[in-house]
Amino acid sequence: MIIGLDVGGTNIDAVLLKGKSVIEVAKVPYDPSAILEGICEAVDKLTRDIDPGEVKRVNLSTTISTNAVLEGRTSPVGMILESGPGLEASFLACGEENVFLDGYIDHRGQEVAPFSENLVHEASRRFKRRGILAAGIVTKFSVRNPSHELKAKNLLGGDFNPVTMGHALSGKLNFPRRVFSTYLNSAVYDRFNSFAKAIKRAFEERGIKAPVNVLKADGGTMSLAKAVSFPVYTILSGPSASVMGCWILSNFSKDAVILDIGGTTTDISFLAGGVPLLEPQGINIGKYPTLVRAIFSYSIALGGDSAVRVEEGRLIIGPRREGPPAALGGSRPTPTDALIVKGQLDFGNKKRAYLAIKELGQAIGMEPEDVANLILEKMGNMIKEEVEGLLMELNSRPVYTIQELLYGEKIKPQKAILIGGPAKALSSVISQKLKIPCEVPDNYQVANAIGAALSRITAEVTLIADTAQGFMTVPELGVRKRIDRSFTPEEARREAIKLLKERAVFLGALPEDIETEIIEESCFNMVRGFYTVGKNIRVKAQVKPGLISLGEEKVEKDVESKE
Amino acid sequence: MLKAKNKLGLVFFPAFDWAISPSHPEREERLLYTLDQVHEEGIADIEGIKFYNPLLADDKDIERVHFCVPDVPSVVTQSHRVSAGGAIAAARAVLEGKVTKAFAVVRPPGHHAHRVVYGDRGFCIINIEAIMLEHIRSTFGPKRVAIVDTDCHHGDGTQDIYWNDKDTLFISIHQDGRTLYPGTGFPDEMGGPGAFGYTVNIPLPPHTGEEGFLYVIENLVLPIIKDYNPDLIVNSAGQDNHYTDPITNMNFTAQGYARLTDRLNPDIAVLEGGYSIEGALPYVNLGIILALAGLDYSHVKEPDYDPEKIKQPNWINDYIKRLCEELYQRWLRKDDAARKMFEGKDFVQRKKRIYYDTIGIMENQEEIIKVCKSCSGYIVIKSKCDLGYSILAITIPRDACPRCIDEAHKTYESADQGDYSGIYLQDRANDEFNIKK
Repeated sequence: MIIGLDVGGTNIDAVLLKGKSVIEVAKVPYDPSAILEGICEAVDKLTRDIDPGEVKRVNLSTTISTNAVLEGRTSPVGMILESGPGLEASFLACGEENVFLDGYIDHRGQEVAPFSENLVHEASRRFKRRGILAAGIVTKFSVRNPSHELKAKNLLGGDFNPVTMGHALSGKLNFPRRVFSTYLNSAVYDRFNSFAKAIKRAFEERGIKAPVNVLKADGGTMSLAKAVSFPVYTILSGPSASVMGCWILSNFSKDAVILDIGGTTTDISFLAGGVPLLEPQGINIGKYPTLVRAIFSYSIALGGDSAVRVEEGRLIIGPRREGPPAALGGSRPTPTDALIVKGQLDFGNKKRAYLAIKELGQAIGMEPEDVANLILEKMGNMIKEEVEGLLMELNSRPVYTIQELLYGEKIKPQKAILIGGPAKALSSVISQKLKIPCEVPDNYQVANAIGAALSRITAEVTLIADTAQGFMTVPELGVRKRIDRSFTPEEARREAIKLLKERAVFLGALPEDIETEIIEESCFNMVRGFYTVGKNIRVKAQVKPGLISLGEEKVEKDVESKE
Repeated sequence: MLKAKNKLGLVFFPAFDWAISPSHPEREERLLYTLDQVHEEGIADIEGIKFYNPLLADDKDIERVHFCVPDVPSVVTQSHRVSAGGAIAAARAVLEGKVTKAFAVVRPPGHHAHRVVYGDRGFCIINIEAIMLEHIRSTFGPKRVAIVDTDCHHGDGTQDIYWNDKDTLFISIHQDGRTLYPGTGFPDEMGGPGAFGYTVNIPLPPHTGEEGFLYVIENLVLPIIKDYNPDLIVNSAGQDNHYTDPITNMNFTAQGYARLTDRLNPDIAVLEGGYSIEGALPYVNLGIILALAGLDYSHVKEPDYDPEKIKQPNWINDYIKRLCEELYQRWLRKDDAARKMFEGKDFVQRKKRIYYDTIGIMENQEEIIKVCKSCSGYIVIKSKCDLGYSILAITIPRDACPRCIDEAHKTYESADQGDYSGIYLQDRANDEFNIKK
């Protein structure tokens, strides 16, 4: 059996699964300052009737690092940066102390100038003087050649923990994002580490010996033990739990839009060719753009509890929530009240909902039922406009080849997958507006927890081979090694897949879950003068995001299908 | 986070799947390291900088500028349509008010493409700035435009297209034609009877460096532009004046290009040549992007930058100073000079031999321009080339008077198909294009 847990803004959603079938569900309101207690309560509810030893795996999505950043409860970090020629770099000073090195590595990973070691010793002294324990080291183009970051780390010695190096977090080019990602990783390290220890202890006390994995923002997981080194990946994993849940529950293999309609917001995501669409660069965390791989999710201020009012004879929905729906004692009518008036939702005080909507109607000379329709109509239109705007934006992302420009695939949703409180009630209006069928999956109330439960360990490696220089670099693994001049794209692919598998195992993946693929590949002839001097080969490989294999529990699927 | 002072649109299209040939300078690898640099600097995250994909220039866009022989689909590849379409996308972003400036970092280049096109010359088939500009004019209405070509090679194609167009001031700064392809661009090439003096050629000696280029901008280009008072300034931003460029002999730098861009302050910049793909392009393009965006570019330097090593010789300072004085005087006296040259004439004739270096053919051309007091005058071109084509091409300018329109149409209609492989009429006054074959 598997436990899936999603720590949300106000509730913890948890499921106990046997195969793909839901055995037990728990929804636990919690105090954000006591996440651990909330998690334990949810786990206890789920395991009331079973032997905890039967739990084979616990997957959880937690807000511990997210909250630390958003609430400013992070550790001070000393940053060592090497920016070289380019943008004026002072805007990158995000640590409590920031020391800039004077070396440089260029776009091909060639060392142009070494840095003076004294600067690192000076940094170490400054950090210690201010009692800073966490450090981050980022050099420009370290993903082409990590040697300066590695050397600086060596020089810092064992006096700091953690020491995050930029190249280890992502293989992507983007120095500012690498700096911020590195900073955040070191800044939340301490909080996440204590949380991880507490979780481990709490589960042990309950007799749960199963491996514990943590959800990442890209919809994959990693083992709790490894997450300790990369807590930044766990930030903002909430939306990814929901998207993974929708993906699993809907089992749709084409383009789709996913709408998670909550009380105050609606989160919009997409499936492209049946796979959750990722942010092109990485997610924004607080004020920091990062390289943290994440499922694309765009939040709009529109939900079931958005306040509805009349302004200059026109209905306005949101953008704020001004308390609960009128049916639950709120002062303002909401879309939820409209659904109650229409009989599509059934809770709270219907009379109050009716009166609130009627009052709105009087202001614009309409019957309550018509106002309710108008509210839903309007809400549908707002969602439609946002979805279309996002699609326009996504479908005009920069491309770099004529092939892609002329024939590149565009995302064109053929289905809308809806979850969240008012999902069922809103599905017909959404379907009508977007002009595509709308699906509200079974168990949609706990889609997020199911998504967390069934997501598998993912990893990504980037391999750059420059046969003119005779070097191969795999930044995520800190690999830079000599290669033969005859190194081929085929060898590059093989090497990347091999290293990726090792990486996935290191992160805690089971061999049967490691389904690899090459996601980007290019090879450029390098010509100097009139001669071809080598090849510039670039390969990106990933473990396909997907479902964990259910192994011996597969039999449960049959039981389910008989139902 | 950084915020651009000027909203900047970037069309960055490296065409990673297109080359003239595998080891040609115009190959897949050309913008690889530049894109790496732009990505690593995080340019896309700067508030106010937005990336656009190229549009695709269609036949009509191309026929507003060129006579492609035998026709557009036969000589223009998709890659050229994308490159010209990249320039169009950049310009549209500005004209539609989405951004205040734009830079099209696209390839292949276009400034060696003349009005008549048989194929590839100087790595160019169609003139991407001219196609962009005529697209703008036909979409957004008449515009007075200054094109400043800072590629190391003379922008002979752009000169040819705007030779007789007063609404387009063409200024080319380049390495002296006696020392470099295409071997033209001398000060006495000043334009046709309808626009004499509106072509300004500034040939600079080999080894000109930061000092020389910036002197020319400050003391000649900016004063002329100020006099001309254009609606738009377009920079054909070739980057082969760089001291590391493999096919030229200048001493210009990334800092220099950034400062030049800053001073020139173009509305739209379009990449032209530049083949030092590792040592120059990543830094020069970055410098231009930052300068256009109004951001600090003072830290953009080539890793091996040493101002002392690339300082221009002293004699160049004097030479350039004299050249600028002389050219500015010519600019001031252009109307007098034009009167003397063209008064009393009905037609002006030019004979040209145009060598297509990339495909190895020679074109012989005779161009006859009507001298008209009411408009810039229609143009009749007779052209033959080694490929066996022999064409008659007639251009009616945008500002054509009814008489010129009429005469040009009559010339077109009365021309005998037996005498030519094709007869072409480009009627810009009515935005039409016709071929008789």
